[in-house]
Amino acid sequence: MSGLTHYLSLAVETIFIKNILLAYFLGMCSFLAISRKVETSIGLGLAVVFVNGITVPVNWMIRQYLLGPGALEWTGIAGMAAVDLSFLNYIVFIATIAAMVQLVEMVLDKVSPTLYQSLGIFLPLIAVNCAILGSSLFMVEREYDFMESSVFGVSAGIGFFLAIITLATIRYKLKYSNVPPGLRGLGIAMLITGLISMAYMSFSGINL
Amino acid sequence: MVDKKTLKTLTEPVGMSNPITKQVLGICSALAVTVKMDTALVMSAALIFVLVGSNAIVSAFRNLIPSRVRIIVMLTIIATLVIFIDQLLKAYLFDISKQLSVFVGLIITNCIVLGRAEAFALKNGVWPSMLDGLGNGLGYGMILLFVSAMRELFGSGTMLGFQIVPDMLYVENGGWYMNNGLMLLAPGAFFVLGLLIWLQRTLTGYTEE
Repeated sequence: MSGLTHYLSLAVETIFIKNILLAYFLGMCSFLAISRKVETSIGLGLAVVFVNGITVPVNWMIRQYLLGPGALEWTGIAGMAAVDLSFLNYIVFIATIAAMVQLVEMVLDKVSPTLYQSLGIFLPLIAVNCAILGSSLFMVEREYDFMESSVFGVSAGIGFFLAIITLATIRYKLKYSNVPPGLRGLGIAMLITGLISMAYMSFSGINL
Repeated sequence: MVDKKTLKTLTEPVGMSNPITKQVLGICSALAVTVKMDTALVMSAALIFVLVGSNAIVSAFRNLIPSRVRIIVMLTIIATLVIFIDQLLKAYLFDISKQLSVFVGLIITNCIVLGRAEAFALKNGVWPSMLDGLGNGLGYGMILLFVSAMRELFGSGTMLGFQIVPDMLYVENGGWYMNNGLMLLAPGAFFVLGLLIWLQRTLTGYTEE
């Protein structure tokens, strides 16, 4: 398969078929908490695309050159090639994510204050969003290379973006409907997410 | 050692203020690992361990942690405990740890752990914090067990791997019964949890807005 089609196919698969939220349930907490309003959902969705697109490739590099089995070979020190620091993955990844979020926040504040204004409050939230850490861990598990993990990072973010906007708009419509008292809020949101997830399953089998 | 008030920190999160159905925390893993009961059980045990440990450590250090950097300190404590439990699972329960895949690692960002550390352990002593962790962990485990029991029973006709639905009832053997494949897929998890929340809230009379 030629290069471009391969990446396009990976992107379509990550956005629609293996949607990080609807198929793997990652990022549910913020998904349910934020989706009450459409504007804030767009803000959080964009922030996730942005941060995920940066952290997954960065974590790939860290794994490739520092933590993976035999990754320290480049240092040239005897015996380093046998070192496997994979067990440190979790703690280093989460630290990287927190640091990257901080960095993105600072850069945005300098470069584009308007964008910072709209994304600002969501950035700290993202540091503990499971979708971000989950993407990095999936990247390790599925053994992507650098380009693949960049594509995967961005498209996982886009998948989250699509899902949260869909739920937010449906919940907006739902404001005027008469939901049974016990089902209001969380309960109905779960059932709707189930239906959205079913709708997304009809994409499975698409292969470019 | 256990007076009424301390006992309440233990029992409350199991029933009335359950972390999943009431506080809306830790839903990601509650859905992902519930296809089968054994993975759900192991996951609950891992979470209870991490939750009790992190609550105890955070509350022991609560006067030493500067509030500006508390999030990163708490994340480090939690991540260390998660690495510990992950290595343990890989060593002794390799098959289940393969099935749980990334979700053991995701205990780090499980909102229950960070949420309880932030909301309870930073303000209370070590012993009540441990009880709070245990209570919330058990509440989480209960929901996981219920959802996974439903999904395994209706999805594959088994419970903990033992067959419950008799063979002769199945269509292949001339009966009328078929497993509900939807239960094994992602939407099934959403529906079961949604209905469970409905049930729990109707029984306790709690409503949002």
